[in-house]
Amino acid sequence: MNAPIRMASAATSLDRIADFPILARPIKGRRLAYLDNGATTQKPLAVIQAESDFYEQSNANIHRGVHWLSQHATDLYEQGRESVRKLLNAARSQEIVFTRGTTEAINLVAYSWGRAALKEGDEILITGMEHHSNIVPWQMLCEQTGAQLRVVPVTDSGELDMDQYRALLGPRTKLVGVAHVSNALGTINPVAEITRLAHDAGAKVLIDGAQAVAHQAVDVQAIDCDFYAFSGHKLYGPTGIGALYVRYDILKDMPPWQGGGDMIYTVSFERSTYADVPQRFEAGTPNIAGVVGLDAAIRYVLDVGLEAIAAHEHVLLDLGTQELLSLPGVRLIGTAAHKAGILSFVVDGIHPHDLGTILDTEGVAIRAGHHCAMPLMTRFGIPGTARASLALYNTQEDIAALAAALRKAQKLFGTGHQ
Amino acid sequence: MSDHHSDLRELYQEVIFDHNRHPRNFHAMADANHTADGHNPLCGDQLTVYARVEEGVVQEASFVGHGCAISTASASLMTEAVKGQPIEEVEALFRDMHAMLTEAHPEERDFGKLEVLSGVREFPARVKCATLAWHTLHNAITQARDTARTE
Repeated sequence: MNAPIRMASAATSLDRIADFPILARPIKGRRLAYLDNGATTQKPLAVIQAESDFYEQSNANIHRGVHWLSQHATDLYEQGRESVRKLLNAARSQEIVFTRGTTEAINLVAYSWGRAALKEGDEILITGMEHHSNIVPWQMLCEQTGAQLRVVPVTDSGELDMDQYRALLGPRTKLVGVAHVSNALGTINPVAEITRLAHDAGAKVLIDGAQAVAHQAVDVQAIDCDFYAFSGHKLYGPTGIGALYVRYDILKDMPPWQGGGDMIYTVSFERSTYADVPQRFEAGTPNIAGVVGLDAAIRYVLDVGLEAIAAHEHVLLDLGTQELLSLPGVRLIGTAAHKAGILSFVVDGIHPHDLGTILDTEGVAIRAGHHCAMPLMTRFGIPGTARASLALYNTQEDIAALAAALRKAQKLFGTGHQ
Repeated sequence: MSDHHSDLRELYQEVIFDHNRHPRNFHAMADANHTADGHNPLCGDQLTVYARVEEGVVQEASFVGHGCAISTASASLMTEAVKGQPIEEVEALFRDMHAMLTEAHPEERDFGKLEVLSGVREFPARVKCATLAWHTLHNAITQARDTARTE
């Protein structure tokens, strides 16, 4: 009846559940199969401890105090910047700006770089699989500048139509915005090739790395992109902290976007001059403890190893794909050749929200809905999907729990008979 | 069996499945004199509610759209429940349904078939699914121009 669960080879299997305190907590009396990592990941003790330690041992404001504790906190904060540089393999740590997350990072680029660089008649090229956070800031920028938004279509399997991409690139294209990994489909986009083609056309490239950085090694120099954004909380770090990489020769000329303390060089009532980068983009007291937590999260994933994480999640992705396809009436949305650990699917006769509720009572946490990608759902002619998204602590047991819960949902709804 | 499973059966009763599979009054209404759209942007549920009101009485009600089992069944049951009812009674039912789904069950009210929706109260994330059609009908009857939202 049901396909047996195949065992993965030990070489690709991670056993890290014990690092994550919340995974030991039964939810509604059951072991939790947490498969909503695309929304946010759980935090290892190392991250929780680092934030707690910061407030117990090191708390002070940064970049302003002459006292020892302030210097110590500044060192920890700047050490966090160096960690992000290392994670992305940026050339220099000045290319890293801390933000609240991916959304704020993209808005920063649209507001600062975009308003200075774009004019009427210019074009911004995004793709049909973008998250709302890589759509709406550009729409706002278009309204302000008179630039036009163009969209690269998505194929039935959930890949970018690269022929259409080449055709849409032109002398008017000033920026290409693309997700490294689609949050709704799992597609890994060919960002290096996309960047090369964009640069040939004279356009800059922004990559939304929110769903990528926790699941594969990222090298912004190899990709050769101009902007790269990600969030800490999808990388096992705290919420409210993220980072933006900007190539130095672009960043140094970008105007500030928020004014205030810490981003200035001198201030008088007649005129202020601005600090050097990256401080120019970090007005006000930043999320210092968040940076310390993010630093711990980056150290954690680099210690586990992004290659090992990618291999582990890939085994579970393959297993989950087989399991879902073995169920009658289940259709995967997003079947690209290159995919990260995201299983987006629809089930005949059962709405994604009903699935979400039933799976929840079975101890399986997934996301149901449009995944902040409404145009993509429209493209596939569906109101939404159910999405199981993987992380390094997921196991074959979680995949088995997902499949069993889906069978239960089909039984409850009286569907699923072949 | 834990309580959560009995809660789940309370939520998904046979009447809900029946109305989800075979929604009643599921059509557009050419001679409707009251209509409104409802949308839940969080889950994508979308419906249009139609009513033909004559002399202060809902003569007919119908709907079209798509949504989860709870929202479809709620809309279907609603169109049955309000047919032939005076506007004031429909508005009172709207208020009582809202209370039944979100707060305490109004003691004096016999909800009849609509009682099957009461299991929703144990699932706070799903309350908006059950209330969408009712908000939309309320807007239609009061001629509110805005799209009803439950989010």
